[in-house]
Amino acid sequence: MRDRKKVLASRRISWFDKRTLIKQIMECASTMVDRLYTPDSSTKLRLPLYMQPVSAGFPSPAEDYIEGKLDLNRYLVKHPAATFFVRVVGDSMIDAGIHPKDMLIVDRAILPTNGKIVIAVVNGELTVKRLRQVKEKLWLMPDNSNYQPLQISAEMDFLIWGVVTTVIHFV
Amino acid sequence: MTKLFALVDCNNFYVSCERVFNPKLENRPVIVLSNNDGCVVSKCDRAKQLGIKTGVPLFKIKPLVQEHKIAVFSSNYALYGDLSQRVMETLTNFASEMEVYSIDEAFLDLSGCISSFDRDAQKAVDSPLSILPEWIKRDLPIPIVRGLKTEALSEFCAEVAFSYGEKIRTTVQQWTGIPVSIGIATTKTLAKIANRMAKISGQGVVSIANKTELETALAHTMVNDIWGIGRNYARELIEVGIHTALELRDANEELVRQVIGIQGVRAVLELRGISCFSLECLPSQRQGTQVFRTFGEPVKSLAELKEAVATYAAIASEKLRRDRLAASQMTISLITNQFKDEPQYRNSITIKLPIASNYTPDLTHHAIEGLEAIFEQGYSFKKLGISLSGLVPANQVQTDLFDRFESGFDHVDRQTRKNQLMQVIDRINTHMGSGTLKYAASGTQAPWKAKSDHRSQRYTTNWQELPIAKA
Repeated sequence: MRDRKKVLASRRISWFDKRTLIKQIMECASTMVDRLYTPDSSTKLRLPLYMQPVSAGFPSPAEDYIEGKLDLNRYLVKHPAATFFVRVVGDSMIDAGIHPKDMLIVDRAILPTNGKIVIAVVNGELTVKRLRQVKEKLWLMPDNSNYQPLQISAEMDFLIWGVVTTVIHFV
Repeated sequence: MTKLFALVDCNNFYVSCERVFNPKLENRPVIVLSNNDGCVVSKCDRAKQLGIKTGVPLFKIKPLVQEHKIAVFSSNYALYGDLSQRVMETLTNFASEMEVYSIDEAFLDLSGCISSFDRDAQKAVDSPLSILPEWIKRDLPIPIVRGLKTEALSEFCAEVAFSYGEKIRTTVQQWTGIPVSIGIATTKTLAKIANRMAKISGQGVVSIANKTELETALAHTMVNDIWGIGRNYARELIEVGIHTALELRDANEELVRQVIGIQGVRAVLELRGISCFSLECLPSQRQGTQVFRTFGEPVKSLAELKEAVATYAAIASEKLRRDRLAASQMTISLITNQFKDEPQYRNSITIKLPIASNYTPDLTHHAIEGLEAIFEQGYSFKKLGISLSGLVPANQVQTDLFDRFESGFDHVDRQTRKNQLMQVIDRINTHMGSGTLKYAASGTQAPWKAKSDHRSQRYTTNWQELPIAKA
């Protein structure tokens, strides 16, 4: 459960590689294959692959399998207007796969519910923790046994800033 | 079908932007300064209560800033522009049409949108009689039902519109962190008045429909606060005894026409709930573009001024290219600091370009020529401005008959090369940050550059300046 995001990410990449490979084999080797399959992040108009010139008489066998490019923006960002990137400092969420200096994708349009990892404002500072609701009580839980959970009390200056959807961790 | 408009306006927009990423500011008075850290351009309610007004120079309120620990920020337009776009994008979910009126204001056309929110309300808007219970229609004579229509019905609609407005407000606040005020009414002018009420009362959303409520609102709105009525018109209306929006609404149309013309009659009709202004959804064609800036430090030397003017010319021509326009006229102005007890000088020159252009080297060349013509030795200059006008679509430029003989290439070929060069430069600057590629004429030191000592991080537009969360 904790590393679900990471697993997902690795699965996506291997699937992506396989697809690339098949297409590379199918396409004529002389076309600029590596340029064609670079994931595009600019989120602009993408030309369908069949717009590439195909020599007359030999239609590419790949033509029927064309699906367009993979767009990480669209994959990771569901609500562009409400999505922000945040940098992590500290290791209290290390068991959730959130390391120091990682970048988080935060979606403010998602409702914060029990168990979600959130960016919260505690006494004027942004902090990333897991939200836990037990009956009427609200807790901010670290994912690292060296840290203590924090119970939210009425007199605290507290608000939930956004819900973390993804960790970006360079390896 | 009755129209329904909403005017959404961000509260203290620049201050609110700063607060999104710096929650500590929530409990402190905050002000944002103009370019070059000169005057206050945005302030929070608490700063307002301390008596700080928009436009006051920073040095005049220095003691106040220290005494009340007011947080001071330089304008961070990268941040404000980005958050503005997010607010507008969020709003598009709620309207069939939208007019972005300014960086922090938009008119929404809600007609038709309410239906997905509340079916009954939409029916009411479409055919007013249909929502009344059968017995009313059966037992009461039609004129009374009609009379009922305007009262009870509009109140019902207003209530639905109000909760729709509440939904817009909470969504924008949750998605972007920006608080907004919303005014809803049947015309743009009334929506603007409702918005003002929402701001003053602190209610957040005001939807005017109830007749008495509307009349109190209008009675409390002075003519010069009515959207589209300028200061001169307002003065003339006051001269004939029309002081408030209510008096204007009930004024004789013919009289208003004589005093301030057809524009005034439109305002009267709008105040009566008859929509005369529809949304302007397409951005109006640019008339001109200006880059007018105050120097951080006074500038004396021609060499430094040349660098500044080259920089401004590059910025202005980039703006033109973004809109696919070319300028046929350029004005350069140069001003000393009129608040200082020093020799004063101001001058400007307008240059007609031989061929309309948006090519940076062309414009820089003319700008420097213009500057040299008006420059005088021995003054400390405070401001320099370049303004481009006579804009024409870039693909319809009238060429010069003799131009083609100037060099080896013919004109079309040369023009294509210029365009390609500009495209490459613009693309590099968009991808790698503005100013990555610039002309040597712009200089590298820029000692004249505007002061921006208290700028916050560019939280949403720069990888190095993202907000930080403690884990």
